[in-house]
Amino acid sequence: MAAIKYLAGKEPHPNEHRMIFRNVDREGWDPSIDTYLGEGGYEQLKKAVAMEPQAITDEVKKAGVRGRGGAGFPAGVKWGFIPPNNTKPVYLICNADESEPGTFKDRYIIHQDPHQLIEGMAIACFAVGAKLAYIYIREEFPEGAAILEKAIAEAHEKGFLGKGICGSDFDLEIYVHRGAGAYICGEETGLIESLEGKRPYPRIKPPYFPAAMGLYLCPTIVNNVETLCHVKHILDMGGEEYAKLGTPNNTGTRILCVSGDVQKPGYFEVQVGKVTLGEVINDMCGGLKPGRKIQAVIPGGSSAKVLRGDETFKIKKGGEDVELKLEDIPMDFDTLAACGSMAGSGGVIVIDDSRSISWVLNNINAFYAHESCGQCTPCREGSLWMKKITDRVVAGKAAPSDIDTLDAVARNIDGRTICAFGEACSWPTESFIQKFRDELVASTNPDLDEAIVNPETELAAAHLAR
Amino acid sequence: MEVPAELEKEIDERITHYPVSKRSAVLPVLHALQHHFGYISEEAVEWAARKLELEPIKVLEVVTFYPGFRQSAPGKYHIRVCRTLSCAMAGSAELMESLCKAAKIDRSGVTHHHPIAVGEDGRFSIEFAECLASCGTGPVCMVNDDFHEKVEDAETLLSKYRD
Ligand SMILES: Cc1cc2nc3c(=O)[nH]c(=O)nc-3n(C[C@H](O)[C@H](O)[C@H](O)COP(=O)(O)O)c2cc1C
Ligand code: SF4
Ligand code: FES
Repeated sequence: MAAIKYLAGKEPHPNEHRMIFRNVDREGWDPSIDTYLGEGGYEQLKKAVAMEPQAITDEVKKAGVRGRGGAGFPAGVKWGFIPPNNTKPVYLICNADESEPGTFKDRYIIHQDPHQLIEGMAIACFAVGAKLAYIYIREEFPEGAAILEKAIAEAHEKGFLGKGICGSDFDLEIYVHRGAGAYICGEETGLIESLEGKRPYPRIKPPYFPAAMGLYLCPTIVNNVETLCHVKHILDMGGEEYAKLGTPNNTGTRILCVSGDVQKPGYFEVQVGKVTLGEVINDMCGGLKPGRKIQAVIPGGSSAKVLRGDETFKIKKGGEDVELKLEDIPMDFDTLAACGSMAGSGGVIVIDDSRSISWVLNNINAFYAHESCGQCTPCREGSLWMKKITDRVVAGKAAPSDIDTLDAVARNIDGRTICAFGEACSWPTESFIQKFRDELVASTNPDLDEAIVNPETELAAAHLAR
Repeated sequence: MEVPAELEKEIDERITHYPVSKRSAVLPVLHALQHHFGYISEEAVEWAARKLELEPIKVLEVVTFYPGFRQSAPGKYHIRVCRTLSCAMAGSAELMESLCKAAKIDRSGVTHHHPIAVGEDGRFSIEFAECLASCGTGPVCMVNDDFHEKVEDAETLLSKYRD
């Protein structure tokens, strides 16, 4: 096969390992099925439908691929959670909500290589026994939704979807379902409620683990776009070969999305754990702006705990104690967790020393206050209070003791809610206070510590006086 | 409110995508109505409820939850500016300000429940949106269904929508 050429100015970095993004920004590539078929498209699906479904799940387990949507849960293991004696229909949902701030990878797969996703989904559906699948795509991807619908129609025409796929007795329909601008629809049980035509109020787990009780209370597999694309490559390479990519327990490739204060923000597909955060920032993204230092990095979408630029991390690696600087952190699930944060959705946000930390935290808090679904009191009230307090910090109208109040509000959310949004909204505040307390306190006004400064209290006081 | 036959046909087709439960079609039905009428009126809620054999409240609670549904008319061109962190760092607040100035839109009446401001001549309306999943090319915005990255100049952007 001739070497792949990429569009001028969009060539991958030499340290990338392009697999899922092989065709992104590729010269002469388009999202049509003919182009896809010209390069061995749907060959893996043909192979799959002649296999035992369990054998496919076994390959995915061997591959060890962990979910790319946020939680990093092994896909094969999740598929195995469908109750063995199940008699209900099984559904598969592709999570294309891509709503975690800092994340912008699924959009390129959808726009430029939709058949890769459809093939991956079809193989996954065959493996788990699903005959009906949905792609839940955020409303703000109207072009992506149209491209996917066209691709599905093309795949239908060629017999890769519909009845008796590739001459087997496997039937499958895939439909595109558009969201309506709510972040909580990315949470898998909120997504399922939304797909049932309701408000996307997440369900409590247990008992509502989707693999056992998901869409219409039937077993449902929810996987991220990128995760489902990997399935095709796992079948192509074999699980064991695939597992040689990346590092042990952190196999394969993943797409990192870098934004914020770097020279060249962008997306980079790398072997998991084979590049460090420093290499990503300095080599792939061309470093920081002139004269700037890293103040903070959010390594896995805005819900991930923040890391300080000058921090060192004492972690255990292979039974040994090691000390890592921020730049030395390999970008994998386990190391980022050991460093007190998470690989999350792969969205890396770099914040240099020109930024006000209270402004950054306030921006994040405004996001979560807007997006809480409102079911749980700690999350609904707490997310709003965290925003209001940081509003005051930014305006210079907060007292130093407000930082403690802010911390207490955050700590009273996580672990006390129906869904992981509780952690997603409180971890930024908790970690910013833990790492940047001095910077936050510096934005407050010590003269206010004694006074009533809370506008709500003032209002209440005025009301009582009347 | 008159739902044209063509639109109803499209909606009926969409409903077939949900063989297990018609209620699942609430979002697609509302999207189709909003796309045609610009917003979701009370009549549209009732129409959708009849179509899907639901109590109107089951439709209304969906409309009021999702930021993607509007209950009043936007401008001919509706602009959504991303306000989340990476775009804010790239200047989205400034972009919002210059867009409002160029399109003569007053945002002083905007609240959580009324996030959209419409310009005097009704050509443009604007609101802040949360992360639009293109954080590496901020500031980004959408104008109706068009996506715009690295938006620097408000006039240049608006000039594409002058008709
Ligand atoms: C608040 C919240 C938002 C989420 N948003 C997304 C999202 O936009 N896209 C996504 O794939 N997963 C998202 N997730 C994770 C999903 O709940 C789920 O774990 C994931 O889709 C599973 O797929 P995976 O195993 O392939 O990663 C979110 C989770 C939470 C708690
Ligand atoms: S934690 Fe927040 S987002 Fe999740 S269910 Fe509770 S209120 Fe809703
Ligand atoms: S922050 Fe604007 S697109 Fe993500």
